[in-house]
Parts: sequence; structure tokens; C-alpha cells
Amino acid sequence: MATHRRISVTDDVSGVSVVRFIDKKIVDSGSIEQLGEELNSLVLVEKRNMILLNFDSVEFMSSAALNKLISLNSKVKAAAGRLKICCLRAEIKEVFTITRLDRVLDLRKTEADAIAAFKL
Amino acid sequence: MSSDQEHWHFDKVLSSDLDVGHAAIEELLNALTASGWEGSDLFRIQMAIEEAIVNAIEHGNQRDESKKVHTVFRVTPEKVMMEITDEGAGFDHRNLADPTTDELVDKPRGRGVMLIRELMTEVVYNEIGNQVTIIKLRSAAVVEPSQ
Repeated sequence: MATHRRISVTDDVSGVSVVRFIDKKIVDSGSIEQLGEELNSLVLVEKRNMILLNFDSVEFMSSAALNKLISLNSKVKAAAGRLKICCLRAEIKEVFTITRLDRVLDLRKTEADAIAAFKL
Repeated sequence: MSSDQEHWHFDKVLSSDLDVGHAAIEELLNALTASGWEGSDLFRIQMAIEEAIVNAIEHGNQRDESKKVHTVFRVTPEKVMMEITDEGAGFDHRNLADPTTDELVDKPRGRGVMLIRELMTEVVYNEIGNQVTIIKLRSAAVVEPSQ
């Protein structure tokens, strides 16, 4: 079983890998690099392709962290999978809107909404 | 004391080390909180200064520890001014690609400067682009309509 330091992963009964973040503030460049590697390994090593990122514990993230989400989205797509994001606090959601990443990434309000959307 | 009176002033020359930069940001956030800043304004300021300092250290000074980042913060209850100067060659801030276009929106780079401009009240670069002055005015309080 893979060991993660920046994320925790639980498997929903419907087969969705629900990812939560250990850090409340995702800013440190070393941590962001490690986060990117761990997220990518979900797809490339652990062969997961139905991934939900739950941001309910995240208070702040820099654009460098945003970039890791974009890279993950590309990898999930290449693996014919789906990536969804839920539970963004309003200020972080605003960052996704300003950067138009809300057009690229599938944002859902709650974890239940997101899990249901995987079944559509 | 007038609300325009400066509550806190920070003027230091920092090494090109992200930990040092983040320590300065923490000092700024603590000063802002002490001056009554909160909520989305505090988040937006943190976002902007994070991007500005990381840009100065990583892109401006190329993480060269012999190069410094001159950092000035001025905080009042209504206004914060942040001036970041690196020792790099600068960049063409007038002709940056728009990261929200269809061609670039899914590329993992190029959003830092855009976020600073969108989130702050005023952003001014010097001619060569190695100094940015960022100003944020406190957002107007939301007043609930009377019933």
C-alpha cells in the first residue's frame, strides 16, 4: 500500500478514490512538489482513475498548487478517468473562477454531489 | 488615532530563500490581523504577496542566494502597500500571455501575475519589471438591508 505524507486517500463504495489534504495551507514549495508527486502516483502507480479531491480542510493554496491540479487532471484524462473537486471555500473558489479553471476542472459543492456526479 | 495612520511598517532585505519569504508573509498577516483585516481581504492579500515573493525569489533572483529581495510593507486599517524588489533582469510585464485563453487554460503555469492583478486594488511594475508595488484597499463592509 502506498504511503502518502501530503494526502490521505479513502475508497468510496462506488469505486471513487476520495483524497483529502493534510496541509491546511498549501504554500511551501517542497510540500507542493511532494503533493504533486503523490497525486500523480495515484494515477500512474496506483492506477486509480476516478478521483475526488475534497478541499474541506484547505484554507489557502498558491498558484503553484493549482498547477499540480492541472497536471493531475491531464493524467487522469490520459488514463480515461475522471477527476472532480469538491468543498472549496469561497475564497479558493474565486481563484478557480478568476483563472477560468472552473471551465477545465469539474467543481462540485459537496462530496455527496461529486460522488453522485461520477455515476452520471 | 486616524484610520489612515500607519499601524505597522516592515522594511527588510531578505535572502532568496522561500522559508525567509514565508516568514515575512507571516509577519505581514499577523500585522494585518492586528489592524482588523479579515476574511476574503486577508486571503486575497496572502494570495498576492505569496505570488509576488515567490516570483521574486524563483523567477527574479533564480534562487541565487547571493541576490536579495527588498521587501517593504505598510499597513493601516484601510490600506496595505507591499513593494517587492528583486535583483533579477526583470520581465516584460506588459506582454504576458493571457493564461485564461483556450490554448493556455489547461497549462500548469503563468497564473501568478494575473492573480495579483485581479485580486488587488492597484498593481504597478517598474520599467524593467524587477519591482512590483501592490496596493489593496479594505473592501466595503456588506450592510444587511433593513427589514
